[in-house]
Amino acid sequence: MTTATATPVRRRAGVGTFWRYLVVRFLLIIPTVFILVTMVFFLMRLTGDPITASVGDRLTPDQLQERIHQAGYDRPIITQYLEYLGQVFTGQFGRTITDNQLISDVLLRYGSATLELAIYALLVAVIVGIPLGMLAAYLRDRWPDAVLRILAILAYATPVFFAGLLLKLVFSVGLGWFPIAGRASTRTEIVLSKLHDPTGIYLIDAFRSGNAAAPGDVLWHAVLPGLTLGLLTAGIFLRLVRTNVIGTFGREYVDAARSRGVSEYRLVSRHAFRPALVPIITVIGLQVALLLGGAVLTETTFEWRGLGFELAFYLGKRDFVAVQGIVALLAVIVALSNFIVDIVAAVIDPRVRF
Amino acid sequence: MGIRERIRRLPIIHQLRQSVGLQRGMLITGLVITGFFVLLAIFGPLFAPYSYNQLRLDGQLFGAQDPPSAEHLLGTTVGGYDVLSRVIWGTRTALLAIVVSVVLSIVIGVLLGLVSGYFGGWLDRILVVVADAVYAFPSLLLAIVAAIVISGGQSSFWGGITAAAISITVVFVPQYFRVIRAEVVRVKSEAFVESARVIGASTARVMFRHVLRNSTRTLPLIFTLNASEAILTLAALGFLGFGIEPTAAAEWGYDLNRAKSDVTSGIWWTAVPPGLAIVLIVLGITLIGESLNDLADPRLRTRRRAEGATAEGATAVGATAVRATPVGATPADQVAATEPTAREELGETL
Repeated sequence: MTTATATPVRRRAGVGTFWRYLVVRFLLIIPTVFILVTMVFFLMRLTGDPITASVGDRLTPDQLQERIHQAGYDRPIITQYLEYLGQVFTGQFGRTITDNQLISDVLLRYGSATLELAIYALLVAVIVGIPLGMLAAYLRDRWPDAVLRILAILAYATPVFFAGLLLKLVFSVGLGWFPIAGRASTRTEIVLSKLHDPTGIYLIDAFRSGNAAAPGDVLWHAVLPGLTLGLLTAGIFLRLVRTNVIGTFGREYVDAARSRGVSEYRLVSRHAFRPALVPIITVIGLQVALLLGGAVLTETTFEWRGLGFELAFYLGKRDFVAVQGIVALLAVIVALSNFIVDIVAAVIDPRVRF
Repeated sequence: MGIRERIRRLPIIHQLRQSVGLQRGMLITGLVITGFFVLLAIFGPLFAPYSYNQLRLDGQLFGAQDPPSAEHLLGTTVGGYDVLSRVIWGTRTALLAIVVSVVLSIVIGVLLGLVSGYFGGWLDRILVVVADAVYAFPSLLLAIVAAIVISGGQSSFWGGITAAAISITVVFVPQYFRVIRAEVVRVKSEAFVESARVIGASTARVMFRHVLRNSTRTLPLIFTLNASEAILTLAALGFLGFGIEPTAAAEWGYDLNRAKSDVTSGIWWTAVPPGLAIVLIVLGITLIGESLNDLADPRLRTRRRAEGATAEGATAVGATAVRATPVGATPADQVAATEPTAREELGETL
């Protein structure tokens, strides 16, 4: 069997290859997470101990020594490091210094909020970015392509927090169409807080609460943050889809399909898009990192109480134990999503598993 | 090679001559915007109405959150600074941060990539794994961690710029490392490197003269991509409160941070000007990068049909140029067409 590739690819047949690939990829997560977590730990400790950083200016030297001793920051760094690795492994990061909360609680409570925001943003990005990217590729070098490309560059050039501030200025303050900040109005928050087993994803909780007004209210609050983060990502999707569809659109089999009378719409959306999907999915996976960074800024702009908002809050308080916990969790999420992307790419295109 | 020929081969000028139609328009627009900001950074403070940290004129305090007026063309901030002056002075901070961070990361990244790719072995493997791990990490978070380490938060003018620049460097080094290493691995097995070794050239000479010189073709592209990312990262750090203090320098991200609550009460003049400045400068640099990227990739380059063809004609041909063997394509273009690796290594993965 031959495939139309520029470079011949050696392949090993058999059912076992896929599973071996999966296991190897999974094992590769471990060094990635390990390196990141180690780096974060040692970088953070270079600044000194977390107690002095957060509350050092409010305590007498004696009290400070006392608290450092209690928290165990006067022990050898290696001991602390091993203990920290254990914490990462079990997900128990201890308590925040400034407000004495369990960090695992913070992660669980606010992680779902960030997840919800990221899902809205991805929806916006996929709905806006992918069709427009195909359109730009099809009309390559004509004026719609030029306009779309410039819009995509603008979406990239606008810092996500500035985009958020602008949207807020126009649609919340100016026109009064959308709420200024937060994830829900106070009334809905109260309804939701009465649920005894909340998922933390407000839309789901709102439906489960049985309150008729709650889902609409939650969605209303999500429009601007979702758009802000989504449009940033949509610009990247557009560029990516355009480049890759242009790459496949010139192939002979597309000509062959056209000569068979396949419609132009089908040519773009099927024949050219399918083979372009592997690089697109790979890069979309890499965007998870960008999405998380963008989420930090979007959440801060809209006071969307998720991991990013909490991260900024604890950063402001110089509570580096909390920061370290949040950053470690995000590192794990990024490594996991890269793993999933590799697997999906391998399922779509068998040539990836070498 | 005559002087004129040399000038034609200079990076940007070569691409300007090569480009046509929309790509040329993008490149020129980008160059004009970027050039404007460079001039503004150098001479702007001469024209700025006030200094970036000036709070009073003739002993009289500026008002806080004053709307635009004759004395303050863009109004004043919540801290009582003049918005226009801070936007102008901010250009200098932004450009300095770019220069410091990009120079640092090129030097470190290129050296590591060269050594790693040339010698291979266990050092290479470790560096690749570490670079991949860092590369996958959200760059903003990494920059935050680095900023905590370097300055513990806020700091002086140079301290702040260096902290921001080093934070950005940490993010960029893996990118340069990956690209240069890939090129070095490719180049080092070429015949001319072998022959240099056979003649008896020292390792250092082979590395720097033969391998490095032939591995840097992709650098201008990453440079432009990173320059715009540097500005966005600096602004994001400032927005999160890890910026430079207003008394030490003007920084757009910090101003936007302070403008956050202004927006809620409908005050637009503190948020919009610094934000637009960021958008414009990033737009300018990205336009340059984008067109350089397209020009370097034969699949995406819009071609001239022949010398003297009009721009319109060439643009129309562009759609079919991918399939037809283009007139005037150099052998290098044809090689590159069968090995379109540069693109993944560069822009599109950002």
